[in-house]
Amino acid sequence: MNTVAIVDYGMGNLRSVAKAIEHVAPEARVLVTHQPALVASADRVVVPGQGAMPDCMRELAARGLLQSVIDATRRKPFLGICIGLQMLFDSSEEGGVSGLSVFGGRVRRFPAERMIGPNGVRLKVPHMGWNRVTQARPHALWQDIADGERFYFVHSYFVVPDDAALTAGRTEYGVDFTAAVAQDNIFAVQFHPEKSAQAGLALLGNFMRWKP
Amino acid sequence: MLAKRIIPCLDVNAGRVVKGVNFVGLRDAGDPVEIARRYDAQGADELTFLDITASSDDRDIILHVVEQVAEQVFIPLTVGGGIRAVEDVRRLLNAGADKVSMNTAAVQSPQLVAEASGKVGAQCIVVAIDAKCVSAEGEPARWQVFTHGGRKPTGLDAIEWARRVQALGAGEILLTSMDRDGTRIGFDLPLTRAIADAVDIPVIASGGVGNLAHLADGVTEGHADAVLAASIFHYGEFTVGQAKDFMRARGIEVR
Repeated sequence: MNTVAIVDYGMGNLRSVAKAIEHVAPEARVLVTHQPALVASADRVVVPGQGAMPDCMRELAARGLLQSVIDATRRKPFLGICIGLQMLFDSSEEGGVSGLSVFGGRVRRFPAERMIGPNGVRLKVPHMGWNRVTQARPHALWQDIADGERFYFVHSYFVVPDDAALTAGRTEYGVDFTAAVAQDNIFAVQFHPEKSAQAGLALLGNFMRWKP
Repeated sequence: MLAKRIIPCLDVNAGRVVKGVNFVGLRDAGDPVEIARRYDAQGADELTFLDITASSDDRDIILHVVEQVAEQVFIPLTVGGGIRAVEDVRRLLNAGADKVSMNTAAVQSPQLVAEASGKVGAQCIVVAIDAKCVSAEGEPARWQVFTHGGRKPTGLDAIEWARRVQALGAGEILLTSMDRDGTRIGFDLPLTRAIADAVDIPVIASGGVGNLAHLADGVTEGHADAVLAASIFHYGEFTVGQAKDFMRARGIEVR
Protein backbone atom coordinates (compact mmCIF):
# COMPACT_ATOMS: atom_id res chain seq x y z
CA MET A 1 0.00 0.00 0.00
CA ASN A 2 1.30 3.42 -1.01
CA THR A 3 1.09 5.41 2.23
CA VAL A 4 1.64 9.15 2.31
CA ALA A 5 1.99 11.14 5.53
CA ILE A 6 0.96 14.77 5.43
CA VAL A 7 2.77 16.33 8.36
CA ASP A 8 0.31 18.18 10.58
CA TYR A 9 1.94 20.77 12.79
CA GLY A 10 -1.04 23.08 13.03
CA MET A 11 -0.09 25.41 10.18
CA GLY A 12 -2.01 25.48 6.98
CA ASN A 13 -4.77 23.88 5.05
CA LEU A 14 -3.87 20.22 5.32
CA ARG A 15 -7.34 19.04 4.44
CA SER A 16 -7.02 20.53 0.96
CA VAL A 17 -3.69 18.79 0.43
CA ALA A 18 -5.15 15.48 1.65
CA LYS A 19 -8.26 15.77 -0.54
CA ALA A 20 -6.22 16.64 -3.62
CA ILE A 21 -3.94 13.64 -3.10
CA GLU A 22 -6.92 11.35 -2.49
CA HIS A 23 -8.37 12.69 -5.72
CA VAL A 24 -5.31 11.78 -7.81
CA ALA A 25 -4.33 8.61 -5.93
CA PRO A 26 -7.56 6.97 -4.78
CA GLU A 27 -5.73 3.74 -3.98
CA ALA A 28 -3.25 5.41 -1.62
CA ARG A 29 -3.51 5.64 2.14
CA VAL A 30 -3.43 9.34 3.02
CA LEU A 31 -2.60 10.16 6.64
CA VAL A 32 -2.75 13.64 8.09
CA THR A 33 -0.60 13.15 11.14
CA HIS A 34 1.41 14.83 13.89
CA GLN A 35 2.92 11.53 15.06
CA PRO A 36 6.64 11.14 14.31
CA ALA A 37 6.23 7.34 14.13
CA LEU A 38 3.69 7.59 11.31
CA VAL A 39 5.87 10.05 9.43
CA ALA A 40 8.74 7.58 9.84
CA SER A 41 6.74 4.58 8.59
CA ALA A 42 5.06 6.27 5.60
CA ASP A 43 6.28 5.59 2.06
CA ARG A 44 6.05 9.25 1.13
CA VAL A 45 5.98 12.48 3.10
CA VAL A 46 4.40 15.83 2.32
CA VAL A 47 5.21 18.91 4.39
CA PRO A 48 2.81 21.76 3.66
CA GLY A 49 2.93 25.04 5.50
CA GLN A 50 1.23 28.39 5.54
CA GLY A 51 1.62 31.60 7.43
CA ALA A 52 4.83 32.84 8.96
CA MET A 53 7.96 30.69 8.92
CA PRO A 54 8.88 31.48 12.57
CA ASP A 55 5.46 30.13 13.67
CA CYS A 56 5.91 27.05 11.47
CA MET A 57 9.37 26.28 12.92
CA ARG A 58 8.12 26.78 16.46
CA GLU A 59 5.09 24.50 15.97
CA LEU A 60 7.15 21.83 14.24
CA ALA A 61 9.57 21.82 17.18
CA ALA A 62 6.79 21.94 19.78
CA ARG A 63 5.28 18.77 18.31
CA GLY A 64 8.61 16.96 18.25
CA LEU A 65 8.54 16.68 14.47
CA LEU A 66 11.81 18.35 13.48
CA GLN A 67 13.84 15.16 13.38
CA SER A 68 11.23 13.07 11.57
CA VAL A 69 10.96 15.71 8.85
CA ILE A 70 14.76 15.85 8.49
CA ASP A 71 14.86 12.05 8.36
CA ALA A 72 12.18 12.00 5.66
CA THR A 73 14.21 14.38 3.51
CA ARG A 74 17.07 11.85 3.59
CA ARG A 75 15.19 8.69 2.67
CA LYS A 76 11.89 8.83 0.88
CA PRO A 77 9.92 10.76 -1.70
CA PHE A 78 9.48 14.13 -0.03
CA LEU A 79 7.29 17.00 -1.19
CA GLY A 80 7.55 20.40 0.45
CA ILE A 81 4.87 23.01 -0.22
CA CYS A 82 5.23 26.78 0.43
CA ILE A 83 6.73 27.09 3.95
CA GLY A 84 7.46 23.37 3.55
CA LEU A 85 9.94 24.49 0.86
CA GLN A 86 11.27 27.52 2.73
CA MET A 87 12.02 25.59 5.93
CA LEU A 88 14.46 23.33 4.06
CA PHE A 89 16.96 26.22 3.89
CA ASP A 90 19.36 27.69 6.46
CA SER A 91 17.47 30.78 7.49
CA SER A 92 14.71 33.23 6.63
CA GLU A 93 14.55 37.01 6.68
CA GLU A 94 11.11 36.49 8.16
CA GLY A 95 11.71 36.92 11.87
CA GLY A 96 15.39 36.00 11.36
CA VAL A 97 14.47 32.39 12.03
CA SER A 98 16.67 29.36 11.33
CA GLY A 99 15.43 26.58 9.08
CA LEU A 100 16.29 22.89 8.84
CA SER A 101 19.46 23.46 6.75
CA VAL A 102 18.70 20.53 4.47
CA PHE A 103 19.90 22.89 1.74
CA GLY A 104 22.27 25.84 1.93
CA GLY A 105 20.65 29.17 1.26
CA ARG A 106 18.22 31.63 2.68
CA VAL A 107 14.69 32.90 2.36
CA ARG A 108 14.24 36.52 1.27
CA ARG A 109 11.32 38.91 1.14
CA PHE A 110 10.33 40.36 -2.24
CA PRO A 111 12.49 43.50 -2.33
CA ALA A 112 10.26 46.60 -2.33
CA GLU A 113 12.50 48.46 -4.79
CA ARG A 114 12.12 45.72 -7.41
CA MET A 115 8.34 45.38 -7.22
CA ILE A 116 7.63 47.20 -10.46
CA GLY A 117 5.91 45.48 -13.38
CA PRO A 118 6.34 45.91 -17.14
CA ASN A 119 4.39 49.16 -17.71
CA GLY A 120 5.61 50.73 -14.47
CA VAL A 121 2.73 49.30 -12.42
CA ARG A 122 3.55 48.52 -8.80
CA LEU A 123 3.55 44.79 -8.05
CA LYS A 124 1.59 43.85 -4.96
CA VAL A 125 2.98 41.74 -2.13
CA PRO A 126 1.90 39.02 -1.25
CA HIS A 127 2.47 37.56 -4.69
CA MET A 128 -1.02 36.12 -4.92
CA GLY A 129 -2.47 34.34 -7.91
CA TRP A 130 -1.57 32.29 -10.94
CA ASN A 131 1.91 32.68 -12.37
CA ARG A 132 4.03 30.81 -14.87
CA VAL A 133 6.63 28.28 -13.79
CA THR A 134 9.51 27.78 -16.20
CA GLN A 135 10.99 24.32 -15.80
CA ALA A 136 14.73 24.70 -15.22
CA ARG A 137 15.31 21.05 -16.12
CA PRO A 138 13.34 17.88 -16.80
CA HIS A 139 12.04 16.07 -13.74
CA ALA A 140 9.63 13.20 -13.04
CA LEU A 141 7.32 15.62 -11.22
CA TRP A 142 7.02 17.84 -14.31
CA GLN A 143 5.76 14.94 -16.40
CA ASP A 144 2.75 15.91 -18.56
CA ILE A 145 2.95 19.49 -17.28
CA ALA A 146 3.69 22.13 -19.91
CA ASP A 147 6.78 24.26 -19.47
CA GLY A 148 5.50 27.68 -18.45
CA GLU A 149 2.28 26.28 -16.94
CA ARG A 150 0.57 28.49 -14.37
CA PHE A 151 0.31 27.51 -10.71
CA TYR A 152 -1.33 29.25 -7.76
CA PHE A 153 1.02 31.20 -5.49
CA VAL A 154 0.48 33.09 -2.27
CA HIS A 155 3.63 34.23 -0.50
CA SER A 156 5.80 37.22 0.37
CA TYR A 157 9.13 35.37 0.69
CA PHE A 158 11.08 33.15 -1.69
CA VAL A 159 14.10 30.85 -1.44
CA VAL A 160 17.58 31.69 -2.69
CA PRO A 161 19.57 28.41 -2.84
CA ASP A 162 23.36 28.64 -2.55
CA ASP A 163 23.58 25.94 -5.21
CA ALA A 164 21.85 27.16 -8.37
CA ALA A 165 21.62 23.56 -9.58
CA LEU A 166 18.93 22.88 -6.95
CA THR A 167 16.44 25.00 -8.86
CA ALA A 168 13.92 22.93 -10.83
CA GLY A 169 11.51 25.75 -11.65
CA ARG A 170 11.63 29.54 -11.88
CA THR A 171 9.02 32.28 -11.77
CA GLU A 172 9.16 35.97 -12.61
CA TYR A 173 7.59 38.50 -10.26
CA GLY A 174 9.64 41.66 -10.01
CA VAL A 175 12.55 39.30 -9.51
CA ASP A 176 13.28 35.96 -11.15
CA PHE A 177 12.94 33.56 -8.22
CA THR A 178 13.17 29.84 -7.48
CA ALA A 179 9.67 28.37 -7.54
CA ALA A 180 10.73 24.72 -7.22
CA VAL A 181 13.80 22.85 -6.04
CA ALA A 182 14.74 19.22 -6.57
CA GLN A 183 17.52 16.96 -5.39
CA ASP A 184 17.49 13.18 -5.16
CA ASN A 185 14.30 12.22 -3.27
CA ILE A 186 13.27 15.81 -2.50
CA PHE A 187 10.97 18.02 -4.54
CA ALA A 188 9.66 21.24 -3.05
CA VAL A 189 7.57 24.02 -4.47
CA GLN A 190 6.69 27.59 -3.51
CA PHE A 191 3.26 27.39 -5.17
CA HIS A 192 0.26 25.38 -3.99
CA PRO A 193 -0.33 22.32 -6.20
CA GLU A 194 -3.42 21.46 -4.13
CA LYS A 195 -4.96 24.76 -5.31
CA SER A 196 -3.61 24.79 -8.86
CA ALA A 197 -6.44 22.97 -10.65
CA GLN A 198 -5.39 20.40 -13.28
CA ALA A 199 -1.70 21.35 -13.35
CA GLY A 200 -1.43 20.98 -9.59
CA LEU A 201 -3.28 17.67 -9.56
CA ALA A 202 -0.91 16.41 -12.28
CA LEU A 203 2.08 17.32 -10.12
CA LEU A 204 0.61 15.58 -7.07
CA GLY A 205 -0.18 12.51 -9.17
CA ASN A 206 3.42 12.49 -10.41
CA PHE A 207 4.63 12.71 -6.82
CA MET A 208 2.50 9.75 -5.75
CA ARG A 209 3.97 7.64 -8.56
CA TRP A 210 7.54 8.97 -8.18
CA LYS A 211 10.32 6.44 -7.62
CA PRO A 212 13.44 8.54 -7.09
CA MET B 1 3.77 37.46 -15.39
CA LEU B 2 1.10 37.15 -12.75
CA ALA B 3 -2.33 36.62 -14.30
CA LYS B 4 -5.29 38.83 -13.43
CA ARG B 5 -7.84 36.65 -11.70
CA ILE B 6 -11.50 36.12 -12.57
CA ILE B 7 -13.54 35.18 -9.54
CA PRO B 8 -17.15 34.06 -9.76
CA CYS B 9 -18.99 34.91 -6.57
CA LEU B 10 -21.67 32.69 -5.10
CA ASP B 11 -24.04 34.19 -2.56
CA VAL B 12 -25.13 31.32 -0.36
CA ASN B 13 -28.28 31.32 1.74
CA ALA B 14 -28.88 28.28 3.94
CA GLY B 15 -26.80 26.15 1.60
CA ARG B 16 -28.21 27.36 -1.74
CA VAL B 17 -26.68 29.82 -4.19
CA VAL B 18 -28.68 33.02 -4.69
CA LYS B 19 -27.86 36.45 -6.11
CA GLY B 20 -29.14 39.67 -4.71
CA VAL B 21 -29.89 42.72 -6.75
CA ASN B 22 -28.86 45.63 -4.55
CA PHE B 23 -29.12 43.05 -1.77
CA VAL B 24 -32.90 42.79 -2.20
CA GLY B 25 -35.03 40.31 -4.17
CA LEU B 26 -33.10 37.07 -4.15
CA ARG B 27 -33.37 34.46 -6.90
CA ASP B 28 -32.31 30.84 -6.43
CA ALA B 29 -29.53 29.89 -8.79
CA GLY B 30 -28.74 26.45 -7.55
CA ASP B 31 -26.51 24.05 -5.80
CA PRO B 32 -23.11 25.39 -4.64
CA VAL B 33 -21.10 22.24 -5.36
CA GLU B 34 -22.44 21.89 -8.90
CA ILE B 35 -21.88 25.55 -9.64
CA ALA B 36 -18.37 25.46 -8.17
CA ARG B 37 -17.47 22.47 -10.33
CA ARG B 38 -18.82 24.17 -13.42
CA TYR B 39 -16.74 27.29 -12.75
CA ASP B 40 -13.65 25.22 -12.08
CA ALA B 41 -14.15 23.43 -15.41
CA GLN B 42 -14.56 26.81 -17.14
CA GLY B 43 -11.20 27.97 -15.78
CA ALA B 44 -12.23 30.15 -12.83
CA ASP B 45 -9.11 31.25 -10.95
CA GLU B 46 -10.77 31.27 -7.57
CA LEU B 47 -14.24 31.13 -6.04
CA THR B 48 -15.81 33.37 -3.43
CA PHE B 49 -18.73 32.30 -1.29
CA LEU B 50 -20.62 34.97 0.58
CA ASP B 51 -22.79 33.42 3.24
CA ILE B 52 -25.87 35.58 3.57
CA THR B 53 -27.75 33.18 5.83
CA ALA B 54 -29.71 35.29 8.28
CA SER B 55 -30.85 32.68 10.77
CA SER B 56 -28.24 31.79 13.34
CA ASP B 57 -29.68 28.24 13.45
CA ASP B 58 -28.48 27.70 9.89
CA ARG B 59 -25.05 29.25 10.29
CA ASP B 60 -23.15 25.97 10.28
CA ILE B 61 -24.57 24.97 6.90
CA ILE B 62 -21.86 26.99 5.19
CA LEU B 63 -19.20 24.79 6.79
CA HIS B 64 -20.71 21.73 5.11
CA VAL B 65 -20.92 23.58 1.81
CA VAL B 66 -17.23 24.52 2.06
CA GLU B 67 -16.27 20.96 2.98
CA GLN B 68 -18.14 19.51 0.02
CA VAL B 69 -16.76 22.03 -2.44
CA ALA B 70 -13.19 21.66 -1.15
CA GLU B 71 -13.35 17.92 -1.73
CA GLN B 72 -14.04 18.34 -5.41
CA VAL B 73 -12.72 21.68 -6.53
CA PHE B 74 -8.99 22.36 -6.36
CA ILE B 75 -8.75 26.10 -6.73
CA PRO B 76 -8.65 28.74 -3.95
CA LEU B 77 -11.87 29.29 -2.03
CA THR B 78 -12.73 32.46 -0.14
CA VAL B 79 -15.63 32.50 2.28
CA GLY B 80 -17.23 35.57 3.81
CA GLY B 81 -20.26 36.43 5.88
CA GLY B 82 -21.10 36.15 9.53
CA ILE B 83 -17.54 36.08 10.84
CA ARG B 84 -17.37 37.50 14.35
CA ALA B 85 -14.41 35.84 16.02
CA VAL B 86 -11.07 34.20 15.30
CA GLU B 87 -12.79 30.89 16.04
CA ASP B 88 -15.13 31.46 13.06
CA VAL B 89 -12.08 32.06 10.86
CA ARG B 90 -10.47 28.85 12.06
CA ARG B 91 -13.57 26.76 11.50
CA LEU B 92 -13.91 27.96 7.93
CA LEU B 93 -10.24 27.36 7.18
CA ASN B 94 -10.45 23.89 8.70
CA ALA B 95 -13.49 23.15 6.56
CA GLY B 96 -11.41 23.87 3.47
CA ALA B 97 -11.55 27.62 2.87
CA ASP B 98 -8.26 29.21 1.84
CA LYS B 99 -9.23 32.74 2.74
CA VAL B 100 -11.86 34.26 4.96
CA SER B 101 -13.46 37.60 4.22
CA MET B 102 -14.62 39.99 6.94
CA ASN B 103 -16.69 43.10 6.54
CA THR B 104 -18.92 44.32 9.36
CA ALA B 105 -16.83 42.53 11.99
CA ALA B 106 -13.68 44.30 10.79
CA VAL B 107 -15.35 47.70 11.14
CA GLN B 108 -16.80 46.91 14.54
CA SER B 109 -13.62 45.36 15.81
CA PRO B 110 -10.51 46.21 13.77
CA GLN B 111 -8.50 44.27 16.33
CA LEU B 112 -10.14 41.10 15.01
CA VAL B 113 -8.35 41.62 11.69
CA ALA B 114 -5.02 41.96 13.48
CA GLU B 115 -5.69 39.01 15.76
CA ALA B 116 -6.89 36.70 12.97
CA SER B 117 -4.02 37.74 10.70
CA GLY B 118 -1.54 37.08 13.50
CA LYS B 119 -3.01 33.64 14.11
CA VAL B 120 -3.58 32.31 10.60
CA GLY B 121 -1.47 34.60 8.42
CA ALA B 122 -2.29 37.64 6.31
CA GLN B 123 -2.68 35.46 3.22
CA CYS B 124 -5.89 34.02 4.70
CA ILE B 125 -7.47 37.34 5.66
CA VAL B 126 -9.54 39.33 3.20
CA VAL B 127 -11.28 42.51 4.30
CA ALA B 128 -14.41 43.25 2.30
CA ILE B 129 -15.14 46.94 1.92
CA ASP B 130 -18.60 48.08 0.81
CA ALA B 131 -18.25 51.67 -0.34
CA LYS B 132 -20.71 54.28 -1.49
CA CYS B 133 -19.98 57.64 -3.09
CA VAL B 134 -20.88 60.43 -0.65
CA SER B 135 -19.48 63.53 -2.37
CA ALA B 136 -21.82 66.01 -3.98
CA GLU B 137 -21.69 66.57 -7.71
CA GLY B 138 -18.79 68.78 -8.68
CA GLU B 139 -16.84 67.90 -5.53
CA PRO B 140 -13.79 65.63 -5.64
CA ALA B 141 -15.06 62.07 -5.22
CA ARG B 142 -15.23 60.64 -1.71
CA TRP B 143 -16.46 57.20 -0.73
CA GLN B 144 -17.70 56.06 2.63
CA VAL B 145 -17.63 52.55 4.08
CA PHE B 146 -21.01 50.93 4.75
CA THR B 147 -21.77 47.76 6.67
CA HIS B 148 -24.70 45.39 7.16
CA GLY B 149 -25.12 44.79 3.44
CA GLY B 150 -24.90 48.47 2.61
CA ARG B 151 -27.47 49.68 5.11
CA LYS B 152 -25.30 51.26 7.79
CA PRO B 153 -22.96 54.17 7.15
CA THR B 154 -19.80 54.00 9.24
CA GLY B 155 -18.38 57.47 8.73
CA LEU B 156 -15.12 55.85 7.60
CA ASP B 157 -13.46 57.10 4.44
CA ALA B 158 -12.99 54.11 2.12
CA ILE B 159 -9.41 54.96 1.10
CA GLU B 160 -8.29 55.55 4.68
CA TRP B 161 -10.01 52.34 5.79
CA ALA B 162 -8.29 50.36 3.03
CA ARG B 163 -4.89 51.61 4.19
CA ARG B 164 -5.79 50.86 7.78
CA VAL B 165 -6.85 47.24 7.14
CA GLN B 166 -3.63 46.68 5.24
CA ALA B 167 -1.71 47.92 8.29
CA LEU B 168 -3.83 45.69 10.53
CA GLY B 169 -2.79 42.62 8.55
CA ALA B 170 -5.31 42.07 5.75
CA GLY B 171 -3.78 40.19 2.83
CA GLU B 172 -6.32 41.31 0.27
CA ILE B 173 -9.24 43.71 -0.17
CA LEU B 174 -12.57 42.78 -1.74
CA LEU B 175 -14.00 46.12 -2.81
CA THR B 176 -17.69 46.42 -3.64
CA SER B 177 -19.33 49.57 -4.92
CA MET B 178 -22.75 49.79 -3.26
CA ASP B 179 -23.78 52.29 -5.92
CA ARG B 180 -23.11 49.75 -8.66
CA ASP B 181 -23.90 46.41 -7.07
CA GLY B 182 -26.70 44.74 -9.00
CA THR B 183 -26.94 47.50 -11.61
CA ARG B 184 -24.98 45.78 -14.41
CA ILE B 185 -23.57 49.10 -15.61
CA GLY B 186 -19.95 48.34 -14.71
CA PHE B 187 -17.58 48.78 -11.76
CA ASP B 188 -17.15 52.16 -10.09
CA LEU B 189 -13.78 52.60 -11.79
CA PRO B 190 -12.62 55.77 -9.99
CA LEU B 191 -13.32 54.06 -6.65
CA THR B 192 -11.54 50.86 -7.71
CA ARG B 193 -8.54 52.78 -8.95
CA ALA B 194 -8.36 54.99 -5.87
CA ILE B 195 -8.26 51.97 -3.55
CA ALA B 196 -6.02 49.79 -5.74
CA ASP B 197 -3.47 52.59 -6.01
CA ALA B 198 -3.64 53.37 -2.27
CA VAL B 199 -2.57 49.95 -0.97
CA ASP B 200 0.21 47.41 -1.57
CA ILE B 201 -2.02 44.35 -1.18
CA PRO B 202 -4.16 42.92 -4.01
CA VAL B 203 -7.60 44.45 -4.62
CA ILE B 204 -10.57 42.54 -6.04
CA ALA B 205 -13.11 44.75 -7.83
CA SER B 206 -16.77 43.91 -7.33
CA GLY B 207 -20.22 45.32 -7.97
CA GLY B 208 -21.91 46.21 -11.23
CA VAL B 209 -20.56 43.83 -13.87
CA GLY B 210 -23.02 43.46 -16.77
CA ASN B 211 -20.73 42.47 -19.64
CA LEU B 212 -17.21 41.29 -20.41
CA ALA B 213 -15.88 44.76 -21.18
CA HIS B 214 -16.70 45.73 -17.60
CA LEU B 215 -14.38 43.00 -16.33
CA ALA B 216 -11.54 44.17 -18.57
CA ASP B 217 -12.11 47.80 -17.56
CA GLY B 218 -11.79 46.83 -13.89
CA VAL B 219 -8.22 45.75 -14.59
CA THR B 220 -7.10 48.32 -17.17
CA GLU B 221 -8.93 51.38 -15.81
CA GLY B 222 -9.54 50.33 -12.23
CA HIS B 223 -6.08 48.78 -11.64
CA ALA B 224 -7.73 45.81 -9.93
CA ASP B 225 -5.70 42.64 -9.41
CA ALA B 226 -8.78 40.47 -9.73
CA VAL B 227 -12.38 40.94 -10.82
CA LEU B 228 -15.41 39.38 -9.23
CA ALA B 229 -18.83 38.83 -10.76
CA ALA B 230 -21.90 36.76 -10.08
CA SER B 231 -24.97 37.13 -12.25
CA ILE B 232 -23.27 37.27 -15.66
CA PHE B 233 -21.84 33.84 -14.91
CA HIS B 234 -24.68 32.30 -12.91
CA TYR B 235 -27.31 32.51 -15.60
CA GLY B 236 -25.05 31.16 -18.30
CA GLU B 237 -24.86 34.48 -20.16
CA PHE B 238 -21.07 34.23 -20.34
CA THR B 239 -18.61 31.55 -19.33
CA VAL B 240 -15.42 32.29 -17.46
CA GLY B 241 -13.61 31.07 -20.57
CA GLN B 242 -15.29 33.72 -22.69
CA ALA B 243 -14.35 36.35 -20.12
CA LYS B 244 -10.73 35.25 -20.34
CA ASP B 245 -10.72 35.27 -24.14
CA PHE B 246 -12.10 38.79 -24.06
CA MET B 247 -9.52 40.00 -21.55
CA ARG B 248 -6.69 38.30 -23.42
CA ALA B 249 -7.75 40.08 -26.60
CA ARG B 250 -7.50 43.33 -24.64
CA GLY B 251 -3.89 42.48 -23.79
CA ILE B 252 -4.57 41.41 -20.20
CA GLU B 253 -2.61 38.43 -18.83
CA VAL B 254 -4.99 35.67 -17.81
CA ARG B 255 -4.54 32.00 -17.01
